[in-house]
Amino acid sequence: MSGERKRIRWLLLLPCAVLLVMVYFFAVSLGRDPSLVPSPLVGRPAPEFSLPELLDPNATFALQDVEEGPWMLNVWASWCSGCLVEHEFLMALGRAGAPLYGLNWKDGYSDALEWLQLRGNPYRIIAVDADGRAGIDWGVYGAPETFLIDADGIVLYRHVGPLDGAVFAEVFLPVLEGNTP
Amino acid sequence: MRKLAAVLLVLVAATATAVDTEAPLETAEQQSLYRKLLEEVRCMVCQNQNLADSDAPLARDMRRELRRMVEEGASEGDVKQFLLDRYGDFALYRPRLAPNTLLLWIGPGVIVLLALGAIALVIRRRMQMPIPDEE
Repeated sequence: MSGERKRIRWLLLLPCAVLLVMVYFFAVSLGRDPSLVPSPLVGRPAPEFSLPELLDPNATFALQDVEEGPWMLNVWASWCSGCLVEHEFLMALGRAGAPLYGLNWKDGYSDALEWLQLRGNPYRIIAVDADGRAGIDWGVYGAPETFLIDADGIVLYRHVGPLDGAVFAEVFLPVLEGNTP
Repeated sequence: MRKLAAVLLVLVAATATAVDTEAPLETAEQQSLYRKLLEEVRCMVCQNQNLADSDAPLARDMRRELRRMVEEGASEGDVKQFLLDRYGDFALYRPRLAPNTLLLWIGPGVIVLLALGAIALVIRRRMQMPIPDEE
């Protein structure tokens, strides 16, 4: 009799246990940024595109035009405040000869040119995606975003938000230097 | 009370205003598929709105893209796969059944079953207990 009672007492603890499990999951999720959406592109070939070049509108810049990888694709626009934050860092990368390519996303042509004149151009080539069609293929949902593509044309990483030295050193640099992390 | 009703009416009217002002698609089936997709696809910028409600530039682009696909005869599955390939499960308000969404689908059911089981167990035990004599 008392044994059975004991078992029921234990059962009463079950809600507490469930609550603790839930608290754990909520606590973990609190630290997560829901606006960071993982890219399904990671591990798959970089999406094709063929777009006009910003600095030479008669020329087209296609995926195949990228010299031997690994390389980086930075999605930017003159209206994007995060792009202003990372621009200095991108300029440093450009000066160091990093294989940085640009995708000018949903931007005005003259606005984009003005931005480059004012702040400098860190990119090897810039593709113009005025209507955002290529952006959709790349799963872009906000600028700036920076993709890392390996020598085989596979997307390795997508960084959302301004690129900085910490992320670059940890994720991008080892790949660009040829040592896969 | 009447005031409250008026306020509610205004709120409802405000949310009913469609953001998508394009002309309807050619056939009724296409139009209804397009409308259905707008309801079920998340705007990736303003994450708690669907494409039907959002006026963000990206939502406009995605509406245009969905329109084009539906016009070209894409099925619901085609469009959803298109979105999954680019934006992942997050783009769909009704996620598909996949290993990483399994918990989401069966979790609530499992919890209800556990709770019902616990209640049944407690009741059975209680019923087996002798009724104490009242003095």
